[in-house]
Amino acid sequence: MAVERSLLEVNNLETGFRFGDVYHNAVDGVSLTLKKNEILAIVGESGCGKSTLATSIMGLHDHKNTQIKGEVLYKDLNLLDLNEKLYNRIRGNDIGMIFQDPLGSLNPLMTIFNQISESLEYHSDLNEQQRKDRVLELLNQVGIPRPEQIMKAYPHELSGGMRQRVVIAIALANKPPIIIADEPTTALDVTIQAQILDLMNDIQDETGSGIILITHDLGVVAETADRVAVMYAGQIVEEAPVEELFANPKHPYTRSLLNSIPHELESDDDELHVIHGTVPSLQKLPRKGCRFAPRIPWIPESAHEENPVLHEVSPNHKVRCTCWKHFHFEGEEK
Amino acid sequence: MLNTIQSYVKAVDGVNLTIEGGKTYGLVGESGSGKTTIGKTIIGLEKATSGQIMYEGQNVTNKARSRKEKYAAYNKDVQMIFQDATSSMNPKKRILDVIAEPMRNYFDYTPDEIKRRVVDLLEIVGMNAEAMYKYPHEFSGGQRQRIGVARAVASDPKLIIADEPTSALDLSVQAQVLNFMRRIQKEYNLSYLFISHDLGVVQHMSDDIAIMHRGRFVEQGSKKEIYSNPQHIYTKRLLSAIPDMDPTTRAAHKVERQRVEAEYDAQETEYYDPDGRVYDLQEFKKDHLVALQPEAPNASLQNEKVKTGGER
Repeated sequence: MAVERSLLEVNNLETGFRFGDVYHNAVDGVSLTLKKNEILAIVGESGCGKSTLATSIMGLHDHKNTQIKGEVLYKDLNLLDLNEKLYNRIRGNDIGMIFQDPLGSLNPLMTIFNQISESLEYHSDLNEQQRKDRVLELLNQVGIPRPEQIMKAYPHELSGGMRQRVVIAIALANKPPIIIADEPTTALDVTIQAQILDLMNDIQDETGSGIILITHDLGVVAETADRVAVMYAGQIVEEAPVEELFANPKHPYTRSLLNSIPHELESDDDELHVIHGTVPSLQKLPRKGCRFAPRIPWIPESAHEENPVLHEVSPNHKVRCTCWKHFHFEGEEK
Repeated sequence: MLNTIQSYVKAVDGVNLTIEGGKTYGLVGESGSGKTTIGKTIIGLEKATSGQIMYEGQNVTNKARSRKEKYAAYNKDVQMIFQDATSSMNPKKRILDVIAEPMRNYFDYTPDEIKRRVVDLLEIVGMNAEAMYKYPHEFSGGQRQRIGVARAVASDPKLIIADEPTSALDLSVQAQVLNFMRRIQKEYNLSYLFISHDLGVVQHMSDDIAIMHRGRFVEQGSKKEIYSNPQHIYTKRLLSAIPDMDPTTRAAHKVERQRVEAEYDAQETEYYDPDGRVYDLQEFKKDHLVALQPEAPNASLQNEKVKTGGER
């Protein structure tokens, strides 16, 4: 793999939501880089901050109740410094976004053509005929049959999989170098999911764009990602190339998650791994020490770092805290 | 233990299944395949237009919500766990009352007995007694689903219909709920009708499986047979679409998946009749039925249900 200049660089991003007079960080010091031509998966369970990370990069938070710190560097710009007007030029043009719920992100009163064309009108100076050609080209690219007819249809006339293809077509309309996809297949059936994931892989091959794929589904990660960042309680706890992460997971959270995937039972007493305790709420999140420590109470306190940081344990493989070296599952010998 | 026969309904069309005591029957299909309708019909939230539901030898078709004494046992013995625990609980009721409701319906317990029983049930699903006095919104999604499991068990049922019980839950929380469901099953010799679109979860939980498509069963049999030796093109397609957890075999898996997909497109007409209806199930081997095209034209004559048979 050739070393590419990074497309997008996120440095020490913090996104805090206001509770009364205090801000609590849902994203707490996340740094990552997205390179051209790669799919970077952000994986984690609900409340880990993965979607907030995406919406912070896109500048979709209001400034009254949210406090964002850090840097999101794109083409020598810190996106966080942009005003709404400038941000609008970036969104849809430089960064395309695909959301989980296609029905919710499409306007029910607009035809498919108008929804895709809207973004072209805003960001390009194509004339009407050129826009029509581009919409047809896009619908073909995302594998929609009979694009001439579908173009005139309304969202409710399409199936869930087709709608998600339209959403992808909108995200691709202006050939953005960066695409952020937040749980793009979660609402879809498994056969449709496979088609959409193939489509995203093909698009990436064709356009060379960098994709940030946000998901809770480790299967989706294994099928599509080049690199993976695992998030827990607002922080990245492990980051590695996809093969390395699945073959050689290090952080206790990553290992626990992989262990709780349903599998064929080996015996009648075979049980799925359950992570001790629950994810703390945003207000109760421990801000000091290893945030995963309360979930693995059998690991001695001394195993954790006082202020856990990401350590490069092997080339391109980073793990937060030192507890992974001493980790074993409960009731198991190290 | 339970036998459903329904024919010529749009949502569910001519399916037969038998759930044995203490076993889990997995019902798999994509959205709109009719799997939830089967569960709802058994529990009485939908009416069967034809066919029979037999429970321990008694015909209980469409009697699930009957107040008659003779169906009381059926009502008590068959319970349901819903996908969305939040909307299946009255937000104004304390957990004590949520779990106690089935007991108050079916047993003459004193308030003290009820309380003791609720504490026991909460303990079974790994929760403290203090949870009793809280309201549903005070719990996380996983905890609420565990309360849903406790409520379903409250009337000492024999069969629980679990409709996508963990689909809204995170992986680690799902693991917890599935573990509790299996422990309870062993303890009370419960049967489950486990409805899910998630083939991994169904494989984990089930003994027998039926794969549904367009309101019909395309394949039915023991878990081992279905997963290791799928025969119907739809089953093959579904199984090949499950994401592979090993990124190193990604390319090969994709090639295989697209091969099956192409096979599905090419052979679809051989597996569905000209109206697009799934054929009747035939015995492929022991513990394994497949909906295949009847081989000889005679075969279709023998069975009046098949409108147009193998000859085309």
